[in-house]
Amino acid sequence: MTAVEESASPAPALEKEIGRDRRRKEDARLITGRTRWTDNITLPGMLHLAMVRSPFAHARITGIDATAAKQATGIVDVVTAADLDESLGVCINAWPITPEQVTPGHAPIASDRAAFAGEIVAVVVARTAAEARDAAELVEVDYDELPAALDLKEAAAATAENGGALAHPDLGTNKSAYWVFDSGQAGTGGDVEQAIAAARTDGIVLEREYRQQRLIPAFMEPRSTVVDPTGEQITMWSATQIPHILRFALAATTGVPESKIRVIAPDVGGGFGGKLQQTPEEMIVFALARRLGKPVKYTETRSESLMSAHHGRDQWQKLTLAAGRDGRVTGLKVELLADLGAYVAIVGGGVPVLGAFMFNAIYKFPAYHFACQTVLTNKTWTDAYRGAGRPEATFAIERLMDELAAEVGVDPLEIRQRNWITHEEFPFTTVAGLEYDSGNYEAATARAKEMFGYDELRAEQQRRRESGDKVQLGIGVSTFTEMCGLAPSRVLGSLDYGAGGWEHASIRMLATGKVEVVTGASAHGQGHETAFSQIVADRLGVPFEDVEVLHGDTQIAHKGLDTYGSRSLVVGGEAVVRAADKVIEKARPLAAHLLEASVEDLEFKDGRFGVRGTDAGVALQDLATATFAAHNLPDGMEPSIDAEATFDPVNFNYPHGTHLCAVEVDTETGKVTMRSYVACDDIGVVINPLIVAGQVHGGLVQGIAQALFEEAVHDEGGTLVTGSFVDYLLPTAADTISFQIDHTTSPATTNSLGAKGVGEAGTIASTPAVVNAVVDALRPYGVHDVAMPCTPERVWRAIQGGGAGGETPGAAAPHFDESTGMSGTVDRTTGADQ
Amino acid sequence: MIPAPFDYVAPTSLDEALAALREHGDEAKILAGGQSLLPVLRMRLNAPEWIIDLGRIDSLRGIREEGDAIVIGAMTPHSVVGNDPLVAQHAGLISAAVERLADVQVRHRGTFGGALAHADPAGDLGGPARALGAVFVIAGAGGMRQVDADDFFVDLFETAIGEDEILVEVRIPKHTGWGSRYEKFVRVEHQWPICAVAATVRVEGGTVTGAGVGLTNMGSTPIRARGVEEALVGQPASAESFAAAAGRAVEGTNPPTDLNGSAEYRLHLAQVLTRRALAAAAGLGEG
Ligand SMILES: Cc1cc2nc3c(=O)[nH]c(=O)nc-3n(C[C@H](O)[C@H](O)[C@H](O)COP(=O)(O)OP(=O)(O)OC[C@H]3O[C@@H](n4cnc5c(N)ncnc54)[C@H](O)[C@@H]3O)c2cc1C
Repeated sequence: MTAVEESASPAPALEKEIGRDRRRKEDARLITGRTRWTDNITLPGMLHLAMVRSPFAHARITGIDATAAKQATGIVDVVTAADLDESLGVCINAWPITPEQVTPGHAPIASDRAAFAGEIVAVVVARTAAEARDAAELVEVDYDELPAALDLKEAAAATAENGGALAHPDLGTNKSAYWVFDSGQAGTGGDVEQAIAAARTDGIVLEREYRQQRLIPAFMEPRSTVVDPTGEQITMWSATQIPHILRFALAATTGVPESKIRVIAPDVGGGFGGKLQQTPEEMIVFALARRLGKPVKYTETRSESLMSAHHGRDQWQKLTLAAGRDGRVTGLKVELLADLGAYVAIVGGGVPVLGAFMFNAIYKFPAYHFACQTVLTNKTWTDAYRGAGRPEATFAIERLMDELAAEVGVDPLEIRQRNWITHEEFPFTTVAGLEYDSGNYEAATARAKEMFGYDELRAEQQRRRESGDKVQLGIGVSTFTEMCGLAPSRVLGSLDYGAGGWEHASIRMLATGKVEVVTGASAHGQGHETAFSQIVADRLGVPFEDVEVLHGDTQIAHKGLDTYGSRSLVVGGEAVVRAADKVIEKARPLAAHLLEASVEDLEFKDGRFGVRGTDAGVALQDLATATFAAHNLPDGMEPSIDAEATFDPVNFNYPHGTHLCAVEVDTETGKVTMRSYVACDDIGVVINPLIVAGQVHGGLVQGIAQALFEEAVHDEGGTLVTGSFVDYLLPTAADTISFQIDHTTSPATTNSLGAKGVGEAGTIASTPAVVNAVVDALRPYGVHDVAMPCTPERVWRAIQGGGAGGETPGAAAPHFDESTGMSGTVDRTTGADQ
Repeated sequence: MIPAPFDYVAPTSLDEALAALREHGDEAKILAGGQSLLPVLRMRLNAPEWIIDLGRIDSLRGIREEGDAIVIGAMTPHSVVGNDPLVAQHAGLISAAVERLADVQVRHRGTFGGALAHADPAGDLGGPARALGAVFVIAGAGGMRQVDADDFFVDLFETAIGEDEILVEVRIPKHTGWGSRYEKFVRVEHQWPICAVAATVRVEGGTVTGAGVGLTNMGSTPIRARGVEEALVGQPASAESFAAAAGRAVEGTNPPTDLNGSAEYRLHLAQVLTRRALAAAAGLGEG
């Protein structure tokens, strides 16, 4: 029965959870793998799939012969597009960025034409995964190769008339959408052309072109899907970031009512945007499970993952910056070409648009123009990858600011200071039309400089330059900001995005006083269970251990918009806060009733309602028990103090920070070695510093990887040459250094936690810091750019006077092994054939 | 990733293994540590019908001293070779190379003999084996035969080991007192070398009296840089003579062009790394 404390001394105040270095609750099960990864799920009678994929980037399918495959042991069926009706559904593009956007239809199984190497053309269903894979080799597909649109610039220029290769010949063009923002027209700033013209006569005009190479998200857990069609609802388990959106897409495209579909994202091993997709594989598993009436599983191989899960980045960026002779920027013009790959993925077209608002970064540019052409090619589709549009923008502007500093002849930090928004000027409406609510660039920069030993390193750099040291030192700066916490629904509406940006939470007070927090965000490695527990523990005054966070199941978290765009804490976390506050308010009359006090005399503190001026009080957790018994409630009160809340943010939030990177460049070999890296980020109030450090470290490595290591390379035929981790170079701990991180704090004003997103910050910030450092080391050699990734050979060539270092060797001169159909350079694995 | 079906046999003696190999002929593949073979099977680049696992043949494992050679059993894991004091003392170049080979997991599984039998031109052990003049002991129907390193590596992934033969052990002539250095050039740590130079040098009274230099990934087999060795022996152990000798590292090479670098770049790298390796081996620092 409810313990109403009459005279017992109040419980000692709980230690505040917010700000504590809590180890992540979820890690024991995630690290040991003793958990429900999708591929660990086995159901009675479950069938397995193997995909037959096109080895060609673009080819007409002239025949599929599955006779031999169908006779193999354990085979249930071999299915092609012709065998399935429209209940298979389609892959949707949820963000047509213009009304005129050209969007090729995307069936999960190609019927008459394959548009990228890796596209599914047939599906084998078998009793075991091994049998499925064996039989897949027996499916004979005849192809007539078609000219493939591979090079982004060439694809953009191709038309039916000029005979250029078209990714989808029936469309007559590779151009998908053209999206423009102009500050003059929007009324947020002046006219860029005027600014450029003026700077040409009296000032500085910098024109630069940067390549955002194609990257592969390379999450740790390959994608896997299980569908169980038995029972009233069809249940799908999938290694996805977006169970709710996926459920909607399944319903919208297959005709199965949403209420008959349950999607579960069990523990998911990373995503980085790469699992923010409605995939052909998911659609196929769903359709075949329904068709066969049995549970069906598909788990991709790593090679399939690298080849067919969506890629990221892949842009050409043309920039024109106008400035006065003092380095004060007067205008920026951005023209982008963005490679969509063969299809417009769920938000693929919108990725460059997310960048559109970020090229002006932390600066007060008076005029800004942005134009982006999205282009279809015969490559793997592209979509969100950690940062999605913002890393590209940040890279370009932070590279340019360094170029401007070199042109003006001042320190790169000085040029930024001449242009940045000062802390007194917040809130500040930018030339791109966003309102930055808070920030302090001066403070973050001062702290970063101090940690880095900026002046000492500059002095060392000077000494090495003067002595002609074979190892040169470079210092790179990146004073980034980003917009995250996706997203105010109204803003999304104005951008023609197909959904809202709110998040939902509910709190269930159990009979024993334990607390279940249900969030519509869908963690896949971020640590939501820990962070949300800390928030709720503080808010409700309950022990951290008493809070359980549930997510990733549409039947448990019935509403949600999932996890991406650094939104979970700042949108989902705020929904949790609001739900918690409602719990307290619902409990208050019950507390008053039991304490025989008036509601006005109660105060809620440390998990307990107390009567002001007395020792009498009752714990919230005991009130939960009281509602379970419901023996003694105020008249008319429902027997529940559970509550839910849906939060729609009014604005994005704007993390920022100053990152400083020092590299050593071996001028004899071109090898770049990281020497030190300082990140001073302002992400507002930090809930769990340990989780934040993990996000920052991981983010930094991913951004550094773009600068130095990773690139998805295709051969002349459009086959992915970097088709395994032998060739797609992911750095490991051995390739990084110990990062120095710290924080300055300007709380966000748009959520009650004061928090800003941190999931993408490190990735967004670090790429330009590293490339700026490489270029800085080489300026005495006349180098003003090195293309990414800054491989040793590129750097070496740049030093030899080879410009930005040229194309990746080997991409143009691949070695193609007829017998295996594998493309590679020296293939580390073909040896055992001998 | 699932390999195609195969049958498996794990003999417990060399004779049984040779018999199995004779019986199944080119239908069979030998399995050592599996660090190269298993990826091949799992990616379905090869589908042998039989796998003959050498893992249960104890006599193929171990390191011993025999006269003026250190003998390393083919099935000795990299991690054991890398930590062996005899190897460190008499063939320091091997220890240095193994330390940079792959990652901890692979070093515990992969074997010394398996790596050399695999004959990947980018394999880390080929250069040292050539620089040290290793001798390969191969068993077949007619008993044991010995093959010099110069004749062992035939082509890309091809060695003197016949189809029904097994590499039993590798004899490394002792280089006691020689300095050594393995200069491995990579973009990320866990990678095969883009180019590597294995150098071992004997310096007596300031003069180079012996030199062995092997190049990795500079052609279809590991290469012995005889031109460099010739240019060095009898010269003072100085930065100048190392630089001059390093210029000859390109002789007889035919480097590949791949994602990690062009042939031209590798030709450049080979010279820089040779100079550095020689200087370090001679104790002159980085060069
Ligand atoms: C992730 C990864 C990274 C790697 N990085 C490197 C690296 O940086 N540098 C490097 O040098 N290597 C690297 N390797 C390869 C590693 O060194 C392997 O161990 C080696 O190539 C093969 O040795 P194994 O014992 O595993 O042989 P297996 O894979 O079992 O066999 C390889 C081949 O040799 C044959 N074979 C094996 N033993 C014998 C024998 N006794 N007689 C006749 N034939 C035989 C087999 O039939 C097979 O064709 C890497 C491997 C992996 C998986």
